[in-house]
Amino acid sequence: MIVLLGRELKLAVRAGGGALTGVLFFLAVVTVVPFGVGPDLNLLARIGPAMLWIGALLSMLLGLERLFQADREDGSLQLLLMSDHPLELVVLVKCLAHWLATGLPLIVATPVFGLMMNMEPALIMAVMATLIAGTPAITLVGAVGAAVTVSLARGGLLIAILVLPLVVPVLIFGVTAAYGAVEDPAPFLPPFLLLCAMTLFFSVLGPFAAAAMLRHAAD
Amino acid sequence: MQQMKATAEIMSETSIKPASVWDYANPTRFLGLVERVLPAFVMLTIVCMAIGLWMALNAPEDYQQGATVQIMFIHVPAAWLAMMVYTVMSISALGTLVWRHPLADVSLRAAAPLGAAFTFLALVTGSLWGKPMWGTWWVWDARLTSVLVLFIIYLGLIALSKAIEEPSVAARALAIVTLVGFINIPIIKFSVDWWNTLHQPASVSRFDRPAMDVAFLYPLLVMAIAYTLLFFTLHLMGMRNEIFRRRIRSMKMQSARQAEGG
Repeated sequence: MIVLLGRELKLAVRAGGGALTGVLFFLAVVTVVPFGVGPDLNLLARIGPAMLWIGALLSMLLGLERLFQADREDGSLQLLLMSDHPLELVVLVKCLAHWLATGLPLIVATPVFGLMMNMEPALIMAVMATLIAGTPAITLVGAVGAAVTVSLARGGLLIAILVLPLVVPVLIFGVTAAYGAVEDPAPFLPPFLLLCAMTLFFSVLGPFAAAAMLRHAAD
Repeated sequence: MQQMKATAEIMSETSIKPASVWDYANPTRFLGLVERVLPAFVMLTIVCMAIGLWMALNAPEDYQQGATVQIMFIHVPAAWLAMMVYTVMSISALGTLVWRHPLADVSLRAAAPLGAAFTFLALVTGSLWGKPMWGTWWVWDARLTSVLVLFIIYLGLIALSKAIEEPSVAARALAIVTLVGFINIPIIKFSVDWWNTLHQPASVSRFDRPAMDVAFLYPLLVMAIAYTLLFFTLHLMGMRNEIFRRRIRSMKMQSARQAEGG
């Protein structure tokens, strides 16, 4: 399993800088926002957490297409299917690797983008905390979408359509928790715990559903 | 010879238990059933819909809502059906994944556009009602948003069913995504209780007695029955069309193969 994690990470980093593309896309989304709503710093600070979350969400969706497709093309998916390890666990490890390669760089880049949005340090920290807790859920739900569309030539857009409705709650609670950390009447802990609960829930549901699909799609 | 014997065995087995769902696993037998019950369903739907509409139009005006209360007779059943159709689809998805019933996928595919249509109807009528009552066409309230999400899920499922060519892969993919999307149904149902929203809480399906006058309740219930009948009628028709579509597909493939071989 650890070997598989290492392999996935190496592939993700070396194959065309997948992580960097995600961060660049994130940067592009964050840069476009001030052009759209105007460069009013107060307004930017207010909508900042929401924009960072949406940007992170879109960047995560971008890379999902390749989660299983590359493995299917070169045949290593067959090998994984035939190995002794349960496929659910393999999917979970692949999700973890995918998150480390695409999700984590986004979170590392968040403070810089937060400064560009004129956000307070406390708010930036809150957004980072919620992203750490919430983005794995996006990858895990996305794994289902990626598994379902694995045999399609152009499944990328379809993944986004299928996955977006399911990650709406993640977005809602992520942004609510981020605002709750700085605004006084709104609490931070309840939405944050719900966010963690969702990630845990999807870490069970995602791998099982994706594995059920992959078993069938491979043959 | 052996095959014939096996077929005969299967036939005798099914004749013992005539009421099982598995009897209609055979598309031809299912089509026979559809031919028999469809006229009755169509008649019942028309009668129910006529009575329901007549009752709805003759319902007294509400002291707060005025004549707009009549939109409710269209809106509420459509919203119920939107959830019920998804539940039917989820049961069909279980049928595909667990019991591998050959018609479960047909049922799922036929139900998806119908569910999308009912959801759309609920959204549009709700919006028409919201303009005079709430003063706005749309609010980002929990119930409205979750129904919109349901609508997107329906459209996504339809897009997915069109995207995958291979029928068995498509069936499995649809079933899995349908089941994952089922999380949304309890969220819709309880959204008005969990969050403090603009949309009013349930007033019919309560454990004590409905918080609604019988003058409104009866037309609503008749309309709900009419909508349900309408769904099953269209669903049976849709399943029949889907079976025909598959037969045409396999006939085309067969003729193409023969043309190639000869």
